[in-house]
This record gives sequence, C-alpha cells and structure tokens, in this order.
Amino acid sequence: MAQIFPKWANKIPLLAALVVVFGGAALVGFVWYYFSPEYTDVGYRPTQPVPFSHKLHAGDLGMDCRYCHNTVEQTAWAAVPPTTTCMNCHKLVLPESEKLLPVRESFATGRPIEWVRVHKIPDYAFFNHGVHVRAGVGCFSCHGNVRQMEIVKQEEPLSMGWCLDCHRNPDQFLRPLDEVTNMEWTPPADQEEFAKRVKAERTINPPTDCSGCHR
Amino acid sequence: MVDEPLITGNQTFHSITDTVSKIAERKTTVTWLALIGMALSLVLVLLGSIGYLVWEGIGVWGLNIPVAWGWAIVNFVFWVGIGHAGTLISAILHLFRQQWRTSINRFAEAMTLFAVICALIFPGIHVGRIWVAYWLFPVPNQMQMWPQFRSPLLWDVFAVSVYFTVSLMFWYVGLIPDLATLRDRAKTKVRKIVLGIASLGWRGGNRQWINYERAYLVLAGLSTPLVLSVHSVVSTDFAVSMVPGWHTTIFPPYFVAGAIFSGFAMVMTLGIIVRKIFKLEHIITLNHLEKMNKIMLLTGMMVGYAYSCEFFIAWYSGNTYEAFTFVNRAFGPYAWAYWIMVSCNVLVPQIFWFKKIRRNVAVMFVATIFINIGMWFERFVIVMSLARDFLPSSWDYYSPTIWDVATFVGSFGLFFTLFLLFIRFFPIIAMAEVKGVLPQADPHHGGKH
Repeated sequence: MAQIFPKWANKIPLLAALVVVFGGAALVGFVWYYFSPEYTDVGYRPTQPVPFSHKLHAGDLGMDCRYCHNTVEQTAWAAVPPTTTCMNCHKLVLPESEKLLPVRESFATGRPIEWVRVHKIPDYAFFNHGVHVRAGVGCFSCHGNVRQMEIVKQEEPLSMGWCLDCHRNPDQFLRPLDEVTNMEWTPPADQEEFAKRVKAERTINPPTDCSGCHR
Repeated sequence: MVDEPLITGNQTFHSITDTVSKIAERKTTVTWLALIGMALSLVLVLLGSIGYLVWEGIGVWGLNIPVAWGWAIVNFVFWVGIGHAGTLISAILHLFRQQWRTSINRFAEAMTLFAVICALIFPGIHVGRIWVAYWLFPVPNQMQMWPQFRSPLLWDVFAVSVYFTVSLMFWYVGLIPDLATLRDRAKTKVRKIVLGIASLGWRGGNRQWINYERAYLVLAGLSTPLVLSVHSVVSTDFAVSMVPGWHTTIFPPYFVAGAIFSGFAMVMTLGIIVRKIFKLEHIITLNHLEKMNKIMLLTGMMVGYAYSCEFFIAWYSGNTYEAFTFVNRAFGPYAWAYWIMVSCNVLVPQIFWFKKIRRNVAVMFVATIFINIGMWFERFVIVMSLARDFLPSSWDYYSPTIWDVATFVGSFGLFFTLFLLFIRFFPIIAMAEVKGVLPQADPHHGGKH
C-alpha cells in the first residue's frame, strides 16, 4: 500500500508538542502582562478641559490637597472642587489669563467644568475615601506623587489584587494623621511598632471578605 | 455447559469489518439529512435561549426564592447521570472481563461524551455573567480571587471535567484501531488523509497491540472510580447543604445507582434504534439487550430501595422537618411529579422479571423511555424540596418559564446532533473488540478441551 503521508510527517507530533509548550507559555505570559490593569490602566492621562497643573498649585505653591478636595476626610468621595473654589483666588490672581477662560466662563454661566475622571473603579466596588484617610493611609499610596504631576495620571493599577495587597498587610502604608497629604513622607525606622500601635488605637481591621467592598 | 455465542449469524472477521465499516462509508441518506436538520434546528433553539439568557439575565428562568435551583440543575444532573452507563460498560465491565460489552461499548461511550457535553452547558450558563465563568477554575488573577474549595459546586467542576477528559481519552484510544481499518478501506484522498491523521499511524503490529491493550487497561482503571465518584460528588451539591430531604448520607450511592439506571435506559433507547436501522441484530443480539435489562432491573430496585429508605429515615430520625419534606413530596403540591417518578422508576422495571419481556424489543423500548422520563422527574422531585422550606411564609410553587423548557429541549437537539454525526462518520461498533470475542479468535477454536 502506498504511503499516505510523506516522511517529514513524522516530525509533526514533536513540532506540535513544542508549539503547545512554548505557545502555551507565550500565551500565558501575554495575558499575564498585557491583560492586567498594570498595563491597561497605569499611565492613563486624559487631557483636561482646563490645563490645571497640580505641580504648580500643590507643589510649587504648596497648597494642601484638602483645600480643593475638602470632603476627603469625611465622605466616601473626595470632592472635585466647584468653579467657585478656583475663583476664590483667580478673581485676583491672573484675572485676564487666556488659559483660565473656561473657568471664568463656567463661573459666569454656572455650568460646571467637565473634568475627566482619572481614577476609576467599577461600580460594584465601594471605595470610601474618608475611612482610608482617617485610618492614616496617605494620598500618595493610591495617587502617587501628585505634587510633581503637571497633568494627573494614574500611577497604580487599582486592581482588586492591588487593593488586597494592602488590606492584607497595611503596615507600611499607615501614617500619622498629619502626614496624610505629605508626598515626601517615608516610613520611619520604627514603622512596625507605630503600625501596631495605630492599628489598635484607630481599630484598623481592613476587610478581605467579598462583602467588604462588594456590598 | 456451552455459552450461547455472543455474536450470531456465523460471522467472520471480514463480515464484521464489512458490516460496521459500511455504515460509516455509505453515501449520506435523505433520512439522515432530515434528522440532522431537525436536530440542528433544536440546537438553534438552544443557542437562542442561551443568547437570550445572557442578554437578559438569569431572571428569564423560573427561579426565585425559595426555589433558587430549578431546571438548570435538574437537567445538569439528568445529563451527567446518563453518561454513567457508558463508563460502566466500557470500564467496569472491561475489568470484569464481561465480553458482551464489546458490541455496545463504542456508542455507549459516545453517548457518555455527548451527555456530559450537554450537562456542562447548564452549570456554565447558570452563573448569569457567563463571561466570568472562568472563575469556576482556580486561575491566578489580578483580583487575587480563588475558588472556595469547601464548596461541592467546585468539586463538581473538577469531577465533571476530569470525567469528560478521561472518557474522551478512553473513547479515542478505543477508536484508533477501527479508524485505521476505515483508513485502509478509504477510497478518496481526503478520507485517507483525515483518517490517517485520526488513526495516529496505527499499523496493527504486535508491539502496537501490546501498548494499546496496556493503555486501554490503564484508562479502564482510571475510569472505574470515576463511575462511582462523579455522581457521588454531584450528589454532595445537595447532601452538603442543610435542606431537609437533601442532607442525607444515602445520597451518593443513591445517585450513582440512579445514574447507572438512567444511563442504561438511554443506551437501550439509542441502541435499539441503531440496531434496527443498521440491521445489527446479529452483533447487538437479544442476549445483549437481556443482560442490560437485568442491570436496569437491579439498579431500578436499588433506586426504589433508596426512595423507601429515605421515607424510613425521615420517620426514624424523629426530625419533624425531614418527615414533613417526605410527606410533602408524596402528597404535597408536587405529588404528581413524585408519583410519575415512582411509577416510571420503580414499577416499570419490574416487568423485567419476566424473560419473555426481557427479550421483547418493542416492550423494552417503551420501558426505557419511561425510565428516562422517570429519572428526570427524580431530580425534579429532589430539587423541588426547596419549594417548602422551614418558613411557611416563604413557601412557593415553582414553575418553569418557556426559556427553561427551550433550553432543555435544545440540549436534546445538541445531543442528537452529536449522536447523528457520530453514527454517520464513526465506526459505531468496536470492530476490533468484537472480533476478539468471535469463536475464531480463540486459539483452541474447534478443538475439544
């Protein structure tokens, strides 16, 4: 009987095995890197309607985060300031500036500036700013060094695993309450003792069960 | 004592090859096209109802509190159970050297695979957000989520997927020599190439046969515990919960017996049709059918014993909730389902005490249909224990919606589509194995020893 397949067909099983092993590894690696929020979300920097510079305001001028985001210690949401907050200063400072035209327009018409949201979490995950700030988690831990950012961008993945990393072991991220907005703060040598103490004082017990965040 | 020959009609090796191969080599008939057309339109119903379920959400089904498990789990258990006969025939009967299995094991195993495919649909789609169904598996992910290993629903995932994988391998290994036979008979280039790839270079040499037999034995050994374990695990879905009527230790053996019972009924239903259409009466003889009827009689009585034992324990335990559940099953709002179950599963198989009926094809065909129906209702009755739970204020009467029915009917379409494809393109009888039980295969054939 004539052969159906040529001789090189004998190599196919070996080739197939190699493709499965290396192809499989490559596929896993691809998904592991390119599908994770660390790749897809970190570095997100949308263009804002007003070229507002955090670096100038919070960095060079040294304004506190809470001057504009004033509800951050009490409520779930860190407020995005209304135009009136801007105008507190800008009535007097650079009242003619071209860059501030949309702000003055908003002030005149009463229509808010449509800032583009940078840090998004899904609607089924409940995040409360107040709880975190009052526990002594710094702005820096989630938002990065905003004081150095010309335009704000996402620094951290904000993935569930990333949340859980801290919820399981928050010690390195707890600060004295008056250091919360400090972007240059680094954990002191006695951080572990400090964390142990404040966890008891502030009854910090970060939930890791589903209903902790998915209510 | 001389045993009756397993294969009748003075068959030779060649006539077996010829009879079986020709089924797969015939031109496509109009009947087959009509049948697969019908089956495929039911598949469309299945796809449509799944599509609507995904689009609209799980609320399209009749589920609600207190009956949070409805037809989806009934159908899942029904289909998984049917699969068990194939594995029992191919693995356990192989280990016990029951040579009569050779005539029926191929399509019984195929039936197992198709039934498990149908079964897998239901847990897959019942999660609602079907795009995250991969959460069923322990896949490392950025959410650091991990399955709950204490949940029997997770054990199900492993039990059924292992079952499917092993059954597929077992079936395929058994197919290799027969696919090679078809390859050697192939006339066209395409058939030669396709069958040549599928038969993995089988030449039928001694060494290949030795390896093959070993592999087959190992796979039979692997499959044997699965016959018992898979449906035991499925039963823990119920038994591990704290619902009266579910929380009993009898569930695993009771479910396994029921699975084998229903599986044999399905093998018989399909086998009788296939045997009639393709004129295989000399390979699947009345003796084969009679043996299967005996197994159904046995497993049917085991199931009947389980039903009565549940009642006994409900009374003997002194647990009022347990007692209520069972009285409620027999005389409550679902009494109709309960008595369908009892009639089909306990009364119907009793006819197999009579040899005349065990060898009457028409009667047994009808009986197997009844058993299939009865075993579906058994799962329905069990799941409907939820309708009346601890709090009378939350009692309710569950009824399925049109989408429940469409999904179930559609799953039959999928099952028959796969089965029709199988009988069209595959050797439906394990030729090599049947040849092994012919008198000619015995080296002492013809001699008096």
